[in-house]
Amino acid sequence: MIDNTLIFPVIVHLFTAIVQLFFWRKTVAQRIVSITGSLIAMLLATRLFTAVWNDGIRTMQAAGWDAPFGITFVADVFSSTMVLLTSFSGLAVSIYSATGVARGRMLYGYFPIFHFLLMGLNGAFLSGDIFNLYVWFEVIIIASFVLMTLGGRKAQIEGAVKYMAMNILASTFFLTGIGILYGITGTLNMADLSLKIAALENRKLVDLTASFFIIGFGIKSAVFPLYFWLPSSYHTPPSAVAAVFGGLLTKVGIYALFRVFTLIFIPDDFLATLLVILAIFTILTGTFGAVIKNNIRRVFSYLIVCHIGFMLGGLGMYSEIALTGALLYLFHDIMVKTNIFLIAGLIRKLRGTMNMDKLGGLYAEYPLLSLVMALVLFSLVGVPPLSGFWPKIYLFEAGFMDGQYALVAAIIVGSFATLYVIAKLWAKVFWKDQPDAPDGETPADEFKPLNPFRKSLLVVPIVFLAAITLYIGLAAENVAAVAKHIAHEMKDISPYIEAVLGPNVSP
Amino acid sequence: MKSTILNTASSYLLPILLLFSIFILLRGHYHPGGGFVGGLIASIAFVLHSFTHGTDDTLKLLRIHPGVLIPVGLGLAVLSMFAPVLIGDPVMTGLWFDEPFPVIGLIGSALFFDIGVYIVVVGVVLTILFTISQYSE
Repeated sequence: MIDNTLIFPVIVHLFTAIVQLFFWRKTVAQRIVSITGSLIAMLLATRLFTAVWNDGIRTMQAAGWDAPFGITFVADVFSSTMVLLTSFSGLAVSIYSATGVARGRMLYGYFPIFHFLLMGLNGAFLSGDIFNLYVWFEVIIIASFVLMTLGGRKAQIEGAVKYMAMNILASTFFLTGIGILYGITGTLNMADLSLKIAALENRKLVDLTASFFIIGFGIKSAVFPLYFWLPSSYHTPPSAVAAVFGGLLTKVGIYALFRVFTLIFIPDDFLATLLVILAIFTILTGTFGAVIKNNIRRVFSYLIVCHIGFMLGGLGMYSEIALTGALLYLFHDIMVKTNIFLIAGLIRKLRGTMNMDKLGGLYAEYPLLSLVMALVLFSLVGVPPLSGFWPKIYLFEAGFMDGQYALVAAIIVGSFATLYVIAKLWAKVFWKDQPDAPDGETPADEFKPLNPFRKSLLVVPIVFLAAITLYIGLAAENVAAVAKHIAHEMKDISPYIEAVLGPNVSP
Repeated sequence: MKSTILNTASSYLLPILLLFSIFILLRGHYHPGGGFVGGLIASIAFVLHSFTHGTDDTLKLLRIHPGVLIPVGLGLAVLSMFAPVLIGDPVMTGLWFDEPFPVIGLIGSALFFDIGVYIVVVGVVLTILFTISQYSE
């Protein structure tokens, strides 16, 4: 079904960014425009999601050039769900940024770049053309370089150099893969590629090309063995930026993996085994890293790596149940990971540090706030009936059905390590008494002096995301229905291909 | 820079280069040229002027800070990209007037996109170069 309005979630962020450029150096106006733009984006994303959920896949041929020659935009349930979740995260972060980001950063264009980043994310989710997907990835990484270096502190630049080097390497692999793909099939449209790759005789060549995409997307989503840039760069930018990075940027790599490896390269034995092995090592390395670190944001960074492995494992098992579990985990992870970085930022505002040894006594001082944080942290662990619990049931079920006991064991280890880390964090940051500062200084509290409106700007986004997490946990059957639908579409790709290329194409 | 020849030449070159850049911009739809190259040529005109007369004089000549041109150009380009959606076509579809205009020829939404690019390029190049030259002075 042709729908020329499906591109609106992309356009609205572009307009928002441009309007903000007109308000260069007027930070109050920029904040208002940013929140308004994110709200409109959320409404448009909700509209797109309900339309796609009720009436099926929607397509748009940019400039009216028909597929497979023009650039196709496709909104299926997977894309539109990702756009919807992006809009939730985007709204929360843009509200949080209004007080959580230093004015100096806003003066140098924090908000316009933030909206360019969201535009790139939405574009990547909606693109139905593999080269266009690459272009959106470039939009995302250019915007993220600026966000990462904005402020220019030494630690930031150091993190940014690692981040930039690895991402440029990833893009090179991705682009090389596209080049080979175009060389062997002569098309870039994903639906068309799906048909042509399936008809190809030389499967070795297909596997080789696929490994380029695994490396490219693997680096971007911090999969073992090229994950190390993530923990060494995500703790450097401001928390609002780290929230978007942690919640969405690694997930766009996972999204691309799911899209490419269910539509273009259907995993055969070689690819499936490779993905499962990568997943096991990703979970284990993330786990070991998270257990030994002491800075809250570094711990969270390693947890991102660990949990990327859960989703990758689901993709590697490639059964409908496994995909359902992985997708459910993806939805839960976007909301929770965005939120925990916002929480880390709020803790820093409250106490002026993120070192767990120097923190303590938050529960005694802010009981209600601590309860909201506890809800999010325990969702991350997967305490039933919160949101992290349900995806794991699907993953375990799929693992036992497939006989992937190593992966099941890795997921169990990963889950227990997450439990241990979060329990340690809870005990040290919330329950333990505030340790005396060594030189007799009282810890800096930037939160208390704020007026109630600004305080609420910091707390509301956390509560908002926590509410969505709670919904994913308590109304899991609704969310699981969406995930099941997507998993079904991934196993049976003919509706996607028909929507893009027309009904007369034989699969 | 103290050079009588360059001084005299740059005053004459400024309008000529600007006219040439507009020629390149309009030529761009079917032949080599277009908004990006045109914008670069236009910014060369101003950069040459700033070499001989100093950055402050050039800024006075421009009247507005070149940074303002960036959102203006971006806005124009995006609006011309978005305009087809309002009449129900996909984004970036070319809309054309039926009758050709004298001298210029057929006008379509692509021209406005190119003009937008032209303005953005002038804005970006001049902002970067003027910022550097003002820091180094």
